[in-house]
Amino acid sequence: MSSEALTTTGYIKHHLQNLTFGQHPDGSWGLAHGAAEAREMGFWAIHLDTMFWSVFLGALFLWVFRKAAVKATAETPSGFLNFVEWVIEFVDENVRSTFSHKNDLVAPLALTLFVWVLLMNTMDLVPVDWIPQIAHLLGIEYMKVVPTTDPNATFGMSLGVFVLTLFYSIKVKGIGGFAAELTMQPFQANSPILKILFIPVNFFLEFVSLISKPVSLSLRLFGNLFAGEMIFILIALLFSGGVVFALVGGVVQWAWAVFHILIVLLQAFIFMVLTIVYLEMAHSHH
Amino acid sequence: MNINLTLIGQSIAFIIFVWFCMKFIWPLIISALDERKTRIADGLAAAEEGQKEKARAQEHVAQAMSEAKEQAQEIIRRAERREVEMIEEAKNSARVEGERILVAAKSEIEKEANIAREALRGQVAALAVAGAAKILSREVDQSAHARMLDDLTAEL
Repeated sequence: MSSEALTTTGYIKHHLQNLTFGQHPDGSWGLAHGAAEAREMGFWAIHLDTMFWSVFLGALFLWVFRKAAVKATAETPSGFLNFVEWVIEFVDENVRSTFSHKNDLVAPLALTLFVWVLLMNTMDLVPVDWIPQIAHLLGIEYMKVVPTTDPNATFGMSLGVFVLTLFYSIKVKGIGGFAAELTMQPFQANSPILKILFIPVNFFLEFVSLISKPVSLSLRLFGNLFAGEMIFILIALLFSGGVVFALVGGVVQWAWAVFHILIVLLQAFIFMVLTIVYLEMAHSHH
Repeated sequence: MNINLTLIGQSIAFIIFVWFCMKFIWPLIISALDERKTRIADGLAAAEEGQKEKARAQEHVAQAMSEAKEQAQEIIRRAERREVEMIEEAKNSARVEGERILVAAKSEIEKEANIAREALRGQVAALAVAGAAKILSREVDQSAHARMLDDLTAEL
């Protein structure tokens, strides 16, 4: 741990700091040392740890499932293949029960989101100091291992979903249909004058609800995982408080981890289901 | 916790992962699953067909069994009837044969008796004539009494 980890505040701050690469105010490129420097880098900086872990876990998912897909036949599946098929059938069932239109993208999208988010969330169950400590020994100053506790990651995914929602809304209903959906409801009128008067009100309401979808989608995931991570960090503080505190901390950490398994799974599932629901809404006429 | 380029990086990673999954993972597994589903459905249908076939065969066997049993019963019954008939026939033929033999014997006996009686009659007549001749050899004219003697013989 770095020098600022000696205090409680420092320890927490250190754990909440991403490994940021960007341009310093003086014009040189490099890693940010501390939160202030990272903030100064502005938008054109990148969280190397978030990117590394999310891409690593996504690639892991693709590799494992690709291996299964190549081996998949109509014969009796082996244990590993069985597990993959079980996951796929679970996702497929969810998609079928929610999404009623013909679209080859939705099911793979749901699968990718579910497994990927699940894997990223699962990193939360690794004791908070293990990987940062190893990184520290390797000379890496900051290491946040749970990509879903980084709003960039969750917003990145929900942005992708949002773009898809817009794309399919326009593709299915046409620009006119989509525009009508945004302006002709919830307030409806028969006289043209009233209709025109209602347009700004309707648009305001519909636009807010449209924007709130990706925002709530990403913030829900981020908030849950961030809170869980925060509690792990606070519990980890107990370990420096003597034998009794350390023992209590061990028990509490175990208990929270068990409970957190539920959150890890549930948030991945919710993210997947809401994605399917948003795409279903994009496909259906109101 | 700043919003920065990571957002875009993450979006790009997301798009690539979804694309890869859609192209190289999902269709393969789903088609395998679908194929297996059809195979299982076919297998179940075949099994059901087999069950039906078996039931039909069992029915057939039961029917054949009962038919065979009936035939056996029929054969036994016929044999029994034949047995009784044969015994009856044998009895009848024996009785008829016996009667025939009896009748033949009787007629034989009668014939023998007649022959004996004829012979006896002839001999008695001859004996009477001889006796009478001995007694009346002189006075009796043989030829004159021949007719009378013949009448006598016929009367015996």
